[in-house]
Order: sequence, then structure tokens, then C-alpha cells
Amino acid sequence: MKYYVQETCFYLLVLIIVIASVFPFYYAIITSFKAGTALFEVDYLPTSFNLANYAEVFASPNFIRSIFNSVFIASATVGFAMFLAITASYALARVRFQGRGLLLMTILAVSMFPQIAVLAGLFELVRFLGIFNKPWAMILSYTIFTLPFTVWVLTTFMRDLPMEIEEAAIVDGATPWQIITKVFLPLLWPALVTTGLLAFIGAWNEFLFALTFTASDTQRTVPVAIALLSGSSEFETPWGMLMAASVIVTVPLIILVLIFQKKIVAGLTAGGVKG
Amino acid sequence: MTSYPKHSGGQSLATQRRKAAFWFLAPMLAALFFVAAWPLLRTIYFSFTDTTLTNLYGGEWIGFKNYFSYRQLSSGRVIWKGTLVDPAWWNAVWNTVRFSVISVAIETVLGIIVALILHRNFVGRGWVRAAILIPWAIPTIVSARMWGWMLNDQFGIINDILLKLHLIETKIAWTANIETAMTAVLIVDVWKTTPFMALLCLAGLQMVPKDIYEAARVDGVHPIKVFFRITLPLIRPALMVAIIFRTLDALRIFDLIYVLTPNSKATKTMSVIARENLIDFDKFAYGAAQSTILFAIIAVFVSAYIWLGKVDLAGEGDR
Amino acid sequence: MAQINLKGLRKSFGSVEVIHGIDLEIRKGEFMVFVGPSGCGKSTLLRLIAGLEEISAGDLEFDEKRVNNDVPAKRGIAMVFQSYALYPHMSVYDNMAFGMKLAKSNPGEIKERVHNAAKMLQIDHLMDRKPKQLSGGQRQRVAIGRAIVRDPRVFLFDEPLSNLDAALRVATRLEIAKLHQNMKDVTMIYVTHDQVEAMTLADRICVLRDGLVEQVGTPDELYEKPASVFVAGFIGSPKMNLLQGAFSHDFDCTTVGIRPEHIEIQTDGAAKWRGKVVHTENLGSDSFIFVDIGHTEPVIVRQIGSHRIPVGTEIGISPIDQHIHRFDENDQIIG
Repeated sequence: MKYYVQETCFYLLVLIIVIASVFPFYYAIITSFKAGTALFEVDYLPTSFNLANYAEVFASPNFIRSIFNSVFIASATVGFAMFLAITASYALARVRFQGRGLLLMTILAVSMFPQIAVLAGLFELVRFLGIFNKPWAMILSYTIFTLPFTVWVLTTFMRDLPMEIEEAAIVDGATPWQIITKVFLPLLWPALVTTGLLAFIGAWNEFLFALTFTASDTQRTVPVAIALLSGSSEFETPWGMLMAASVIVTVPLIILVLIFQKKIVAGLTAGGVKG
Repeated sequence: MTSYPKHSGGQSLATQRRKAAFWFLAPMLAALFFVAAWPLLRTIYFSFTDTTLTNLYGGEWIGFKNYFSYRQLSSGRVIWKGTLVDPAWWNAVWNTVRFSVISVAIETVLGIIVALILHRNFVGRGWVRAAILIPWAIPTIVSARMWGWMLNDQFGIINDILLKLHLIETKIAWTANIETAMTAVLIVDVWKTTPFMALLCLAGLQMVPKDIYEAARVDGVHPIKVFFRITLPLIRPALMVAIIFRTLDALRIFDLIYVLTPNSKATKTMSVIARENLIDFDKFAYGAAQSTILFAIIAVFVSAYIWLGKVDLAGEGDR
Repeated sequence: MAQINLKGLRKSFGSVEVIHGIDLEIRKGEFMVFVGPSGCGKSTLLRLIAGLEEISAGDLEFDEKRVNNDVPAKRGIAMVFQSYALYPHMSVYDNMAFGMKLAKSNPGEIKERVHNAAKMLQIDHLMDRKPKQLSGGQRQRVAIGRAIVRDPRVFLFDEPLSNLDAALRVATRLEIAKLHQNMKDVTMIYVTHDQVEAMTLADRICVLRDGLVEQVGTPDELYEKPASVFVAGFIGSPKMNLLQGAFSHDFDCTTVGIRPEHIEIQTDGAAKWRGKVVHTENLGSDSFIFVDIGHTEPVIVRQIGSHRIPVGTEIGISPIDQHIHRFDENDQIIG
């Protein structure tokens, strides 16, 4: 008897966890399918399937534009960070040199920087380079968190590759560059995908820099567009459209995360980094 | 035995590798200098000037005046100025600390509980793990908006649930109300970040060898005792790392508060107030000073941990 | 093809010196085995010769040319690793051809050399497989094949058999012996902690202990004339009986060593020592009788064929005089 009570409690707890995790997103979805006054009735189950909100979102050129902006900025940031991080993490993971530990700590420290601390200086830099209100401003500033993150995670992954494989390549006459490109990269591609994806999500979600370094509606990234989407007063907030937009930008992320679930967990726990 | 001279020069393997390492690291370090070190130094510099947003290069050195200054009026009254005597700043500091301590504490406890549940083998565990990843995958801004809708005073589902359960009498304006704004922020942050804590704890749990539990079970140790005496000490290193990362993250929180409870005095944190001064209020240098203080606080926090040697963040210990 | 000279070779990791100055000459075409207990520095020494570790002091010469600062690929060496170290993402063919491809050799020549090596090792039917589709023994052959393709002056083996099971170990040992026969002019250096491998494969053995050479010689020399107590105890299985105290004083030395096969059981009263049988191990072809004669450890006596002596039986045993090894107070051989 005691066993059944325990088991029931356990599964009840599991149920609560699942509901708590999923419900807000579920509620956003059912809201996004409501239009007009139906929006302001609280329903726990789907009651209508009205695509008006989605039509409105897709009819808004600035929102579509912001999606393209975000995709471009996040891809470019990740590409740039990965390019620099792959060689750097090889050096940090596989070559013994003085001050390596200190360097690793510094890189880790940069990833924990409060972004506000560099905001003023970056603002000046962005103005100086003439890239204010351009995607390059974000690509430049996002490097401050994507680069340390990718270096850090790739370093942990590279450290785990067996020593003897590298030594075999050395005996075969491979230079460090050839070891990276011909031996390590083919072995590390799952880790690269994970790291890239995590960095992409980080860049996709960034808000502070994107808010500060853009001024016109055509240059917004998705988070800024969603944050600034509001009516003329608090009571006119277009909740239906807002929920539709939220669902649109979140669904691809959730699908990606679910596909790469296991790898993402491995990437997150590699050295206990923030996602 | 003859002694042979030590040699020097030449391109041995180690030399070749160190050279390559230098060239591999140089671009990354240059990039980090460009986007992190330099802007940080400029921010600190700005904090000692009277620079304005519209005239970035017109600032003059004013020493510590943005932080702290006083002037004695002819009447003998002393006027204190600067961030360090600004009640709005101390309010923001208090909000940040309050938010960080409470959110990290709740997330740690809930994270451990969720991790312990997921550590057990049960039907559908994979699905549950996938489900808890959803809050983590949703962009902060989107979750702020989603919860803003759910916490809406008139049409929000949270008020509806609470009314139906007779937990409240009247609808609450969660985000607008001074008393509840912080609670609203905490709810959303806990919801969004507990999965991260849970996954890190779970990874820690999975590294504990199974036979330890089996030995404890054979010895008939009570499960709660097992948790506090065996599990917790063993996952402590992983847990400490997770807590530090979370704390650092919490100390710099900006986006959730900016969107969920805009302009609420009860939730305005250091990052929010600093940006407000920097960009919105045209008190650029004043905001720079506040940014610098936040940086200093976080730097002290991090160095304290590293110097105390409590945590092996770099994972270098076993190499 | 190369004569290798080690002159006062030293290696330190930080402030800890692990190789304390080694002088050794390895002849052309010789099969040299480095043997010793774990931590004796034998693998480090091999890695110094390979160029994988930097030499802290001393000189390393290949054919009288100093190679201290040459990268491994320039030294004309090939190495077979303990874990095989095959590239997991490459086929067997690519694994073997990788070195030559990096050296930008002529494609026709690469193909020929890889196929010749594969044929020699009977792995030519596995060329398209990935390492994880191979058995342990096959992987080891591919690793050896990869080394052969490099056409090295010096062939280095780092405990290549320790990941194989017992039966495969014997077969592969034979394989390596045959390889040495076929590649007469290639110098081979082989590291192992297993004295049986050392005895069966080596032209000469170098016994290492705590970063120093203990003795160098042919397997027979080491077996018959161990220079120290350490070598005496390390080479041979079961171990040489090493007796101290009153037992050795009879022979006018600090330690006296007698191999199990050099002790006779004597039924008459003339036996040197008397004691009770505490245990017998009967292997069919030989039997090992453990006799407690009052020394800290029982004396092991080898008898040809199957002998069963009940535990507790009191017997007399005597060493054969001309096979006695006498060691002084510094554990060195006397005379």
C-alpha cells in the first residue's frame, strides 16, 4: 500500500513538472489562435483556430525583416566565433605552455562579464566604426559572449580526444594545422554542431546590445521587435499578435533543441557553462 | 660519467607547437581585446568624465564626481552628490541582490528536486527531460511577454486560477503593483532557469557511481539520510559551479525586468538603471560609473571564489 | 637502417627528473626491448627517441647525426601505440596512407606501398573498413601496417600487445618476430613491462629501473648472468629464489640467487636445506614446488614433468653449485 502511495506521489510530481514547463508555451499557442473578444476570455483548452494573428504578423514587413536580421546576425556571429575558437581551443587544450591556466581563467571571466560594463565603451566603438543601427554592430558586440563560450566549450571537448591519436598524426608528419583540419575536426563535428547551436541560441536571444545599437524598426532583431511591439496604451497591447509572433520565433528553437537534446545537455554541462 | 652540455635553439616538436599555439591564439585574443578589454577600459574612463551621449569626445576629466562628491553651501549645509549617495542606485543594488539571492536559492532547490526525479528510471523519462528543456529554449524576451500575458491583471490566466482556487479575493496587477512586481519577475526567472540547474545537477548525479547507493540501500540507510550524507556531498562541486554561474548571471539581469516590469521601482536592477542613465536619460558618464561599480562587484565576487580556491572552474586540477 | 646513440640522455617534467642520464648504443637492425616495472621511465625514453617529448639534456644521435631537435616525422621513425591510435574517421586504407599523403608522395607509390604492407599483414580485404568495424587484432595489424608504410629507419613499439587477450598476444608476438625477420635492416625498439615478451622478441634487452639503465644484454646473458638483484628478480618466471641472512652467509654474500630449475630435491641426508612443502603448482610439463625452509618467502623448486607432493611433506633440497648467483651488499653481482 505504502508503495502505491509513493508511486502515485512520484508521478504526480512528474506531472506537475511537465505541466509547469509546458503550460506557458501551450497557453501562448492557444492565445495566438484567438481573435477579437475571444482573446479576453480565459480558456484552458483550445477553443478556436483563427489564423488572423499569424496573418497580421506575416503582413508586417518589419517583423519579417527582423527575423532576417536575427538569422543573419546570429549566423555571422557564430561563424566568426567558431572560426577563431577552433584554432584557439586546440592551442588551449593540447599545447603545454606557460600561463595556459591563467589564459583559460581570463576567457572564462570575459564570458561572465556583465554586458552593461562594456556598453558605454562599445557604444563609442560602434559610433566610431560607423556601424550604429547596422547588423555589424551586433555581430561585433555579440562576439564578447559567443567567442569565450565557444572557446571554452570546444576546449573541454578537445581535451577529451585521446592523446595517442594526435601523436600518431605527429609521427605521420602532420603540422598542428593539419592535425586540426584533418584529424580533429572530423572527430569533433558533433561537438561543433552543439557548440554552434548553443552560441546561435545565445546570439538569437540577446537583447541589451540589440536594443541599444539599433534605432530604426527595419534594423531590429527579433527579441527587440517583440519587446517593443505594443499599442498606444497598456490596454491596447496586441496580445494575440504578440503571442503569434512569439510562437513563430520559438517553435524553430524548440524543434532544434529537442532534436539536439542529448548533445545540448552534454554541451551545457561541459565545464558547467551558461547557455 | 661524462656530462653533456644542455642544448638550445633548433625547432623541436615542443617549440613548433608553442609557435603554432601562439598564432592560433593571437586572433582570438585580439578579438577579445577589441570587444571586451578596450570597451571596458573606455567605460571606466568615461565614468571619470562628464561625457554626454551626444558629444562622446567632448567629456572632461572630473575625477570621482560621478561616484561621489560634496559641496558645502555658504549656509553651512553640505550637499552630497554622485552614485554612491543616490538612493535610486542603492535601491537598484538592493533589488539586484534580493533578486539574485532569492532566485538562485529557489532554482537550486527546485533544480536538485527535478534532477533527483529525472535521475530515477521511469517510463517516459526522455519526454519529461525534453519538456523541461522547453522553458530554457524560449528566448527570455518571449517568456517575459508570455508570462506578461498570463500575469495580466484583467485577462490573465494566473489570476483566474487563483480566484477559482479561492486563494485570492480580487485580481492582482502582478507586474504593475509595487508589492508583487518582484514576485512576478522571480516566477518567470525560476520557471526559465530551473531546467538549466536541473540539467547540471543531473549531470553531477550521473557521475556518482551506482554501487554507492546500492551499498547504502543494503545497509538500510534512510533515503533522506542518503541524500544529505552521500548524494549532496558528492554533487557539491558540480553544484557549486552551477550556483556561481547562475549568481553571476542573476547579478547582471536586464532583459526580463526591462520587458516584464518596465519602470517599476521595485524591480529596477543595477543593469537596468545603468542603461537608463547611459542611453535614455543622457547621463552617459553617470551610467558609466554605475556600470563600473557593477563590474567591480562582479569582479570581486569572482576573484574571491578563485582565490579562495574553492572551485576548480577551469577543470585544470585533474590534467 | 639506423644506429642510435643515447648519450647522457635526461628528461625532467618541471622540477622532477624522470630519466637520469642514459647512455646506450642501439645497433643497426637490432631488436632492442626496453623492459622494467611501471614508472621506470621506459615509455618516456621511447618518446624521447620518437621526438614526442623534448630532451632535457644529453644527445640523441641517429647514424651519428644529432636529432635532438628534429620533429618526429623528420627522424624517419614509425610508431605503434598501445591503444593502436587509428584515426577513427578514416578507412583502413586512409589510415595507412595518411603519412604519405601528408608528405605529398606520388599517388601511385602510395597505393603500391599501402597494398604491399596490407598483403604482408593479411589485411588487404579490410581496406575499406573503418577502425570500429575491426577486431582488436585487426586494429593492431592496421597500426603496424601504418608504420610499415612509412618505410622507417626505426620502428618503435609502445606496449603494443597489452590491449590484446592472451591468445592473440602470443599470435601477434609471433607476427612481430616475423616482421623483424622480414625487415632485417630496420632498427626496432620495443617497450614492455612483460619480461616474457622481452625474452622472446629481443636481440638485446635493456632493463630500466627508476630512470636508469640496470643492465643491457642478450636475453641469455640477462638470464644467465644478471648483473644485479633487480635484474635477477625481474627476468625469469617464476622468479629466481633470492635468499638473505643466514642462507646467503653460507655462500659468503649478502644475497644469493638460485633459479627454480637449479635446485634439486635430495632424498638422502646430504641436502643443503630441509623444509616442508607448502604448495605445489602442477602445469603438466613442469611442476613448481614451494618449500618453506625458514626464509621469509618459500623457495620455489622446478621439477620437469608432473609431480605431486602432498602439502606438509618434509623434503631436502640443494642448489646446483655452478648456477649460484651471488650479490654483494649493494645488490650487485660478485665476480
